[in-house]
Amino acid sequence: MSEQEEDHLVLPVSHPSPGAMGPTGYWRNFKPVIDQEKCIKCLLCWLFCPEGTIIRHEDNSVSVDYDYCKGCGVCANECPVNAIKMVPEGEEQ
Amino acid sequence: MVNIKELPSKTLLMPGNAACPGCPETLGLRYVSMALGDKAVLVIPAGCSSVIQGIYPKSGIGFPILNIVFAAAASAASGLARAYKIRGLEDAQVVVWAGDGGTGDIGIQALSGAAERNENIIYICVDNEAYMNTGIQRSSLTPYGAWTTTTWTGKKEHKKDVPLIMIAHGAPYVATASVGFPTDFIEKLRRAASIKGLKYIHLHAPCPVGWRFDPSKTVEVAKLAVQTGIWVLYEYRGGVFRISPLSRPYAKKERRKPLKEYLKLQGRFRHLGEDDVKVLEAYIEERWKLYLNMEKTLGSKAT
Ligand SMILES: Cc1ncc(C[n+]2csc(CCOP(=O)(O)OP(=O)(O)O)c2C)c(N)n1
Ligand code: SF4
Ligand code: SF4
Ligand code: SF4
Ligand SMILES: [Mg+2]
Repeated sequence: MSEQEEDHLVLPVSHPSPGAMGPTGYWRNFKPVIDQEKCIKCLLCWLFCPEGTIIRHEDNSVSVDYDYCKGCGVCANECPVNAIKMVPEGEEQ
Repeated sequence: MVNIKELPSKTLLMPGNAACPGCPETLGLRYVSMALGDKAVLVIPAGCSSVIQGIYPKSGIGFPILNIVFAAAASAASGLARAYKIRGLEDAQVVVWAGDGGTGDIGIQALSGAAERNENIIYICVDNEAYMNTGIQRSSLTPYGAWTTTTWTGKKEHKKDVPLIMIAHGAPYVATASVGFPTDFIEKLRRAASIKGLKYIHLHAPCPVGWRFDPSKTVEVAKLAVQTGIWVLYEYRGGVFRISPLSRPYAKKERRKPLKEYLKLQGRFRHLGEDDVKVLEAYIEERWKLYLNMEKTLGSKAT
């Protein structure tokens, strides 16, 4: 973009981007830890995570985006086989 | 039927937004993204979803958004939809995403006008049953008995039935949905997108902050609302009224879970006495009777 074009950018248009509120992982008191052995790849945690921080992989296995996961615990509450434990921050194995 | 595994992984709801943990509005926005993808253009009046977007220069919601004053959501959306049409951008879906306060109280005249003119928009009311963004004040959609900061001893009036008001407008599509049943909501959104004219979807959205429950229980509380029969999923389409399959079992009172299972999870109902619970139970019965009668009289074109 030329300097001249930049001068005309007066509209305060925000751009979609992760972390509009910073690294919200710092909000967490409890951290979801997934037991991959127990997981049946049903994707319910991915579907119900209010934040979209359950990452869904090609083979439908799942992991957590800890940079932004707010630790609400919905994923652990909805997992049908209890494969997700909420562990106090700083106490994980 | 919507298959979870076939839903797109890409989401327009950005992680690291400003919503509280366990927020039903971000949950709902993820489903809108899964259903409509980047065809949707959102019109958002004031409410939590205005704030969830976060702080300039970033935005926590990836849809194009027109943030607008309360009273003008449906009229601004009407204008946008007409402008897109004139420009030949026929596949853009203009979607209003408004709260219960923004819909049932402050924006209802613009919504009514848009419905009467049958504007080509999808209007979603994301109903967390109070004015959450300003600190939990009662709205006309707060249910009987619920504590809010303006109903300290519990609200004395019942919840306003906005979807019924929309049916009375003769809108081509009216449906109820819940964040606890995303496949049903996504199916309804996709159906709405295929219909011309005003589509109204009322999304039940339990809020951990305002309803006083643990944020891990957002989906559980949403499901219990349907399973106890206090929230009924239905569809009104082309003049035909139908209870949705996920709510069908609860037409029979015996099949419903006890209302107390729903109430006891929520601090906003902690002070309720037996008499209050009876009032709510009677309300549920009366609603179901009405909906089943509507299905009888307005369900004939189906089968
Ligand atoms: C005309 C006007 N009145 C009041 C407000 C203050 N206000 C901003 S958000 C809000 C609450 C909206 O409640 P609701 O529509 O239910 O959405 P929620 O915050 O619950 O998502 C209020 C009262 C405003 N922005 N404009
Ligand atoms: S704890 Fe909440 S935000 Fe974190 S991954 Fe689970 S559902 Fe998502
Ligand atoms: S809900 Fe549980 S079983 Fe299903 S994908 Fe998530 S962790 Fe695996
Ligand atoms: S108050 Fe409720 S609806 Fe509003 S951002 Fe917080 S959790 Fe979401
Ligand atoms: Mg509200």
